[in-house]
Amino acid sequence: MLPTTLDEAVSALTAVPAAVPVAGGTDLMADVNAGQLRPAALVGLGRVGGIRGWEYQDGHAVLGAGLTHARMCRPDFAALIPGLAAAARVAGPPQVRNAGTLGGNVVTGAPTGDALPVLAALEAALSIAGPGGAHREVPVSHLLAGVEMLQPGELVGHVRVPLLHAPQTFLKATGRTGPGRALASVAVVLDPVRRGVRCAVGAVAPMPLRPLEAERWIASLIDWEGGRGLPEGALTAFGEYVAMACIPDPPAEEAGGEPPVLPPAALHLRRTVATLSRRGLGRALA
Amino acid sequence: MTDMAETRSNRATRTGGPVAADVAPEEDLAAHGLGASLTPEDAPAKVTGTFPYAADLWAEGLLWAAVHRAPHPRARIVSIDTEQAEAMPGVLAVVTHRDIPGEESFGRKVADQPVFAREEVRYHGEPIAAVAADHPDTARLAAAAVVVEYEVLDALTDPQESFESEPLHPDGNVVRHIPLRYGDPSVSGEVMVEGMYRIGRQDPAPVGAESALAVPRPDGGVEIYTASTDPHTDRDLAAACFGLPPEQVKIVVTGVPGSLGDREDVALQVPLGLLAMRTGCPVKIAVTREESFLGHPHRHPTLLRYRHHADAEGKLLKVEAQILMDAGAYADTSSDALAAAVSFAAGPYVVPHAVVDGWMVRTNNPPAGHLRGEGAMQVCAAHEAQMDRLAAELGIDPAELRKRNVLATGDLLPTGQTVTCPAPVEELLDAVREAPLPPLPKEGPQNQWLLPGGPGGAGEPAAVRRGVGYALGMVHMLGAEGADEVSTATVKVSGPTATVLCAAADSGQGFTTLARQIVQETLGIDEVHVAPVDTDQPSAGPAMRGRHTWVSGGAVERAAKMVRTQLLQPLAAKFGMSTELLSIADGKITSYDGVLSTTVVEALEDKELWATAQCRPHPTEPLDETGQGDAFVGLAFAAMRAVVDVDIELGTVRVVEVAVAQDVGRVLNPRQLRARIEAGVTQGVGAALSEHLRVAGGMVRHPDLRTYALPTALDAPEVRIVKLVEERDVVAPFGAKAASGVPVVVAPAAVASAVRAATGRPANRLPIRPQAAAVGPQ
Repeated sequence: MLPTTLDEAVSALTAVPAAVPVAGGTDLMADVNAGQLRPAALVGLGRVGGIRGWEYQDGHAVLGAGLTHARMCRPDFAALIPGLAAAARVAGPPQVRNAGTLGGNVVTGAPTGDALPVLAALEAALSIAGPGGAHREVPVSHLLAGVEMLQPGELVGHVRVPLLHAPQTFLKATGRTGPGRALASVAVVLDPVRRGVRCAVGAVAPMPLRPLEAERWIASLIDWEGGRGLPEGALTAFGEYVAMACIPDPPAEEAGGEPPVLPPAALHLRRTVATLSRRGLGRALA
Repeated sequence: MTDMAETRSNRATRTGGPVAADVAPEEDLAAHGLGASLTPEDAPAKVTGTFPYAADLWAEGLLWAAVHRAPHPRARIVSIDTEQAEAMPGVLAVVTHRDIPGEESFGRKVADQPVFAREEVRYHGEPIAAVAADHPDTARLAAAAVVVEYEVLDALTDPQESFESEPLHPDGNVVRHIPLRYGDPSVSGEVMVEGMYRIGRQDPAPVGAESALAVPRPDGGVEIYTASTDPHTDRDLAAACFGLPPEQVKIVVTGVPGSLGDREDVALQVPLGLLAMRTGCPVKIAVTREESFLGHPHRHPTLLRYRHHADAEGKLLKVEAQILMDAGAYADTSSDALAAAVSFAAGPYVVPHAVVDGWMVRTNNPPAGHLRGEGAMQVCAAHEAQMDRLAAELGIDPAELRKRNVLATGDLLPTGQTVTCPAPVEELLDAVREAPLPPLPKEGPQNQWLLPGGPGGAGEPAAVRRGVGYALGMVHMLGAEGADEVSTATVKVSGPTATVLCAAADSGQGFTTLARQIVQETLGIDEVHVAPVDTDQPSAGPAMRGRHTWVSGGAVERAAKMVRTQLLQPLAAKFGMSTELLSIADGKITSYDGVLSTTVVEALEDKELWATAQCRPHPTEPLDETGQGDAFVGLAFAAMRAVVDVDIELGTVRVVEVAVAQDVGRVLNPRQLRARIEAGVTQGVGAALSEHLRVAGGMVRHPDLRTYALPTALDAPEVRIVKLVEERDVVAPFGAKAASGVPVVVAPAAVASAVRAATGRPANRLPIRPQAAAVGPQ
């Protein structure tokens, strides 16, 4: 089935409840080829109009779910939402970036999805189209956390992202120099109007984590009036604050005993998150 | 002819020399003959995608096969029920161990591996049944519908526990133990360094996954079209399983889509052949990437414990080593890998005393087998780490320490074998030491340098440290320990073209190109074709350890020389001179004095000339009960210098450059040689940094290329060939040494050494994980 509008796609999904929507197919088809998924039918979203670009709406950008990573890499998009552009640039090899979409990244919800921490930090909202022209908005974190789920026949049509006109960074650590899955990733977003810093850590948990206390603490230290300076040592402390929040020490055992110690791999992950957060914020403030 | 050959090889040397290394003016070289950069005949077809690999073959009435594989690493099979699968529409046959007419097990050294698991499953993914159906999806569904009842057993996954555990296999758990004793085992040195090393499970991950087509023959036999690299052995083993005489089984080698070790082996050929004979229809299989990871052999994961003794000047006195290699459940050719590991445990250094114990044991981990440089690669990473440790202990420059101990021709290996071939180890080491270091990157946005972590990554110049490391290593060429290394080739000349018939599979090593060059060189005929390979031709043996350059190349040369004599004899007799005084070049025959001048076509007088010859190098002997013996025909050496950048906070590593000096004997095809070295180094970088097939409790985790991280173009370093030492090996045909194996062996050790230099961390486990390359408070 190859619908040409979002409503057609929704009715196709409603008509065949077993059908699976497919956009870029970079995640879905890998599972199909590996024999882990055998969808009864596919609804191809490649010809759906109106979801491959974006428009502006009262201080927000409404991004089509069909935006490819390759499109988000381009300078015009990078000027709008630099964090998403940075994530798109490192989201796999060119073949994947050309096919993979923003909406697909959200719906697949893989822990290593590169756009997810950025969307979480931006506090983006999903606009979901449902059967019979129904329409609802869901915060991206609610969908990723499973607080609200996509109902049968529903499709993510657009992603609503605030335009903050300030630096944003996305950094990820991988096992090789070439494209690879994130071992850990950190998105940092500055909101100068509200004097806020928002940070999300990806790949270390099933969904992006927000170290809210660390965000509030560092935001209170930034000299928003001047050159966005920070006291000495604050960047490093921020990194460690974020890392401790995302990868906490195991709870101490009662009644003495050895204090629990994280395995070396987890300690390295914590160190990686600390380094990425420090560098990410440092680059955003530079 | 001799003059010309020398000129060519001189020029070839210069292209590989330090000055012109990066310029590679290949175009001005001769267009044919030895020393020319001849392009493979099939290159255009392969590049444009029209080359027919086994996966592209088709036959009338084709059926598709699929294999049911065990989901447990170890289990007792209670029952196998194929009824449901057989009842599925479109399914024509289901075969299990009950349907094997001949031998139920196969294996090259020991026939210990069942074609289909019988009573017990011994590794995750072991074949249990195979299905033939009229559609690939039907076949896959039917394979899944085979019902097997298991009694799951505790898997033996730690090779260290293999000695104590109950036997996994009727043959016992220790496949082989070599206790090498050389010199005086009681000696101890003034300085001692110790280390434990662990080498991971590298996968060959060939570009093209395994596939094959079996066609039944009217005489009750079967023909199998597949990318076998050792067709005759495969045929003999398969015929034994079919219960047929070898003449009734024919293996036709299709193009090999990438081979770093064994490819489609008997485990795939036998089920397919059985299905074809059972159904009377051609049957084809094309395995998925996941199956490919599960089914083919991997590099032996190895645990090594070393103690080096030296005097205060850094002269090595004694090497003690314990080497424990994990063969998986079946022996296959693992005892060869152990022999290489034990024999080269000390590396290319002079060691007066050695005590080395090597064990090859069975576990329920994925099968291990032949993969370029097996055995030698694992010990190289360890002995080079030991040399770095020793240098640090003594406060000597690591390269200088190596120089004080290098092996040379005439020295003894710890196996008691005298190194008779050229061993220019010191020259190689000097060449990489003297090569200029790559420039340090400049900071600034104008000159963006590739940081560890890649473009747009998290790398920060301030946290990047550069390290330089050295490694020396060696491999043996050809089969060892008394293997009968022989190859047969036929050369035919008819009119202006020559044809080579030799059953040597071109696994990408470029043998067919080389065979054409040899015939061009000997007969002066430009147009040379190499016939496709099948088992109707006499055996040429397996494509491994540089065998075909040596034995098959030698056989082709001899056959070509015999044709040359047949061609020139009548002319020589007519003019009353010996054939040596006549020379052939560019299709023309001339005498030394210029009196005679004719063409090859005229001299042939419409005759066809055929000659068949064999090449069999001098015999070797097995290692005895103390690991002593002249086990190897020839050795090849290389020195490398790796330069790495490490982000010491994240532990990410990028190999900037690998400088290579290699002992090649003689350059036969400069471009092909360069490609072999680059490929080997890149594979080595993968083994050093990212390639490890993860296994948990015997189960293969993520058998896919998303998780198994092969080096990409961004990970592959700049490979700078600083020197190709052309010291001809007198016993090898043309004096050439195999070039593919040794870069794979040395590159991981060089990269680890460089990471050690950059971070100060021990890097004693390959691949090096980020947490092992990060520095500072943990």
